[in-house]
Amino acid sequence: MRPTTPTAEKAPTTTDTTTGRHARREGFEDGALLTVDDVHVRFHTRNGVVHAVEGVSMALSEGEVLAVVGESGSGKTVFTRRVMGLISGSRDTDVEGTVTFDGIRLSELDAKGLSKVWGKEIALVLQDPMTSLNPVKRIGTQITETLRLHQNLTKQDANARAVELLRSVGLSEPERRVRQYPHELSGGMRQRVTIAIALSCSPRLLLADEPTTALDVTVQAQILDLLGDLQSRLGMAMLLVTHDLRVVRSRSDRIAVMYAGRIVETAATKDLFDAPRMPYTEALMNAVPPITGPNHVRLAVIPGRPPDLLAPPKGCRFSPRCPYAQDRCLTEEPPLRDAAELPGGATGDHSFRCWYPVGTAENVEARRVNVERGETAAGTPVTGEMVPA
Amino acid sequence: MSSTEITRETSAVMDEPREQPATDDVVLRLEDLVVEFPAGAGQIVHAVSGINLEVRRGETLGLVGESGCGKSTTGRAIMQLPRPTSGSVHFDGRDLASLSAEEVRKLRPKLQMIFQDPISSLNPRRRIPDIVGDPLVVWGRGSEKAKVVPEVLRAVGLDPDQVADRRPHQFSGGQCQRVSIARALVLEPEVLICDEPVSALDVSVQAQILNLLEDMKARYGLTLVFIAHDLGVVRNISDRVAVMYLGRICELGPTEALFDAPVHPYSRLLVSSIPSMEGAQRGEVGTGEMPSPVSPPSGCRFRTRCPLATERCASEVPEMREVAPDRFTACHHPILDTPVEASLPVAGAAPAGAGDPSTNGSAPAPADS
Repeated sequence: MRPTTPTAEKAPTTTDTTTGRHARREGFEDGALLTVDDVHVRFHTRNGVVHAVEGVSMALSEGEVLAVVGESGSGKTVFTRRVMGLISGSRDTDVEGTVTFDGIRLSELDAKGLSKVWGKEIALVLQDPMTSLNPVKRIGTQITETLRLHQNLTKQDANARAVELLRSVGLSEPERRVRQYPHELSGGMRQRVTIAIALSCSPRLLLADEPTTALDVTVQAQILDLLGDLQSRLGMAMLLVTHDLRVVRSRSDRIAVMYAGRIVETAATKDLFDAPRMPYTEALMNAVPPITGPNHVRLAVIPGRPPDLLAPPKGCRFSPRCPYAQDRCLTEEPPLRDAAELPGGATGDHSFRCWYPVGTAENVEARRVNVERGETAAGTPVTGEMVPA
Repeated sequence: MSSTEITRETSAVMDEPREQPATDDVVLRLEDLVVEFPAGAGQIVHAVSGINLEVRRGETLGLVGESGCGKSTTGRAIMQLPRPTSGSVHFDGRDLASLSAEEVRKLRPKLQMIFQDPISSLNPRRRIPDIVGDPLVVWGRGSEKAKVVPEVLRAVGLDPDQVADRRPHQFSGGQCQRVSIARALVLEPEVLICDEPVSALDVSVQAQILNLLEDMKARYGLTLVFIAHDLGVVRNISDRVAVMYLGRICELGPTEALFDAPVHPYSRLLVSSIPSMEGAQRGEVGTGEMPSPVSPPSGCRFRTRCPLATERCASEVPEMREVAPDRFTACHHPILDTPVEASLPVAGAAPAGAGDPSTNGSAPAPADS
């Protein structure tokens, strides 16, 4: 059950020949740079076990951009950290499943092994650029640190490279910036610095966890364009984690939607926007205020709130909030289903977790039943206008 | 802040070149509002620099801009929290800045505010009905509590019986925001100032609160001042929008018109930057960031990032003027009748040696408008 087999039409390895940097390792042929298989993360807390990530599998090929979208508490950040190896098993944390990067089992490496991969092969950009930089070290030092560790550059060469990197991420006056401290820069500039650090060793995979959430909208657009530009120029693969569907529409090849620790839908970006199958994805799209058309539009509401992972709902995790929920949804959790099974559906890899997928006769019928009785099987009130037809 | 209280409210009140006569449908009028904060070392943060704005009764006025543009400070200055450095705030025809603290306090029931972080704006040790009913007690209407509080709670979508014994930490962010709204509404205010009321909430919960605000506005006949950085949210809820940049308003107009064809280059940049559900950005994405409000650029404050900036923009502060019916902008080179998707006219593009060499800082213009 692997939801995201890499798309074939993408030509991920184009930069291999030009830079020579991305030479494939022997014996690793299926094209996936990153393979995540059945990953679980459980935290044992005082109040019980939080199953933060539950059986997530995905694959990412070279040069591909995969967006992971979810609300707070969906497990997207824990998942990213597990991929990176920042969360490992301990007394109060259980991890399961495998993470394979270019033939290396990341999930089995210890800190020492991981540190050879971090920064060099896989880099991470976090949400808050203030806390991810060291406040008492100069910008230049923070960039050259990684360079000197992984690339054995002399101090001078590393400094020159740092200036070059800052210029490539669009910072003005890079020669002056390397002498400055993080507090002297604005949020957008700091995020450019963290991106420069992440890119310093030309990683093959960039994990970006809400890279623009803390930034203003004009700066957000700049940073996303910068990431997209660098990603395609360097042929990096990117895992872009965000809560904002709008952000990823034009900037990802595939999208995986997470809800309550699980992937609930995954598809090529266009397919997902054109024909979402999972009611949660549909609802998420409708809940975003439109930026064209008339104002004072009544927004489609998702009732309730994201589930408490200490006591997740039985059956489908979304069933208490879903306008289509039937009895079956409350007892039986839907597996990831292939959209190709559906009549009239099916382009590429598209899978979802739902018994009554959007756009099918079953869905229309489920909705009719719920509207008729005024509530879903889970007891959530349903009105005629809750979801646009 | 407190050092500058109650000092200069008289100077700039009457000589404002604002054409529109004060009609009685204006519930709130800001005149030449200035808010400055000391930044240490003798420096001053020019948070708000001379704002003129009228809020009409029954409308929702959106106040947008990036962080640091002074939108929240403006909202708080309306509430006299703290009092503005200079300028006046007319509410129902009375200038709040000239009133004593006690007189302002007496007007507060009519002028309420809700904040961004719903959890920290509620007292964690008190029960929900007490939090919501407190304003009544303060205003000597404690006897009405038993009747009014359940009504308001029901209005904001909370079950009075269920929340009776609960405290804020037992609720999610969305529910706490409902409680904040209930607390603000219990005195039946005329104006509700909402400072980023949904930005701490998940998308799925955000829509609930936005719909609730629309309902409450209709039910209680409110006037809303809606401050937010999320343009999609503002666009949906507002009748008119004021765009702020570095302490000044650069454009004011009806929501749809402003978002479809912004007149000021900054509003244009802002609207272009919104990622759209339909695909890519709507227009061109700009470069650069907002300069520091400690040393704002001379003349037009946006000129350091403006593709149309000329020498005039560096020397002369653009006045707010009406460029189309009900559409105001403070710009020497407004972009008229050009939808946001179209590319900018290149005609007025910066001639060599315009304002560019003296970017931010070299000429720290004091913010006196």
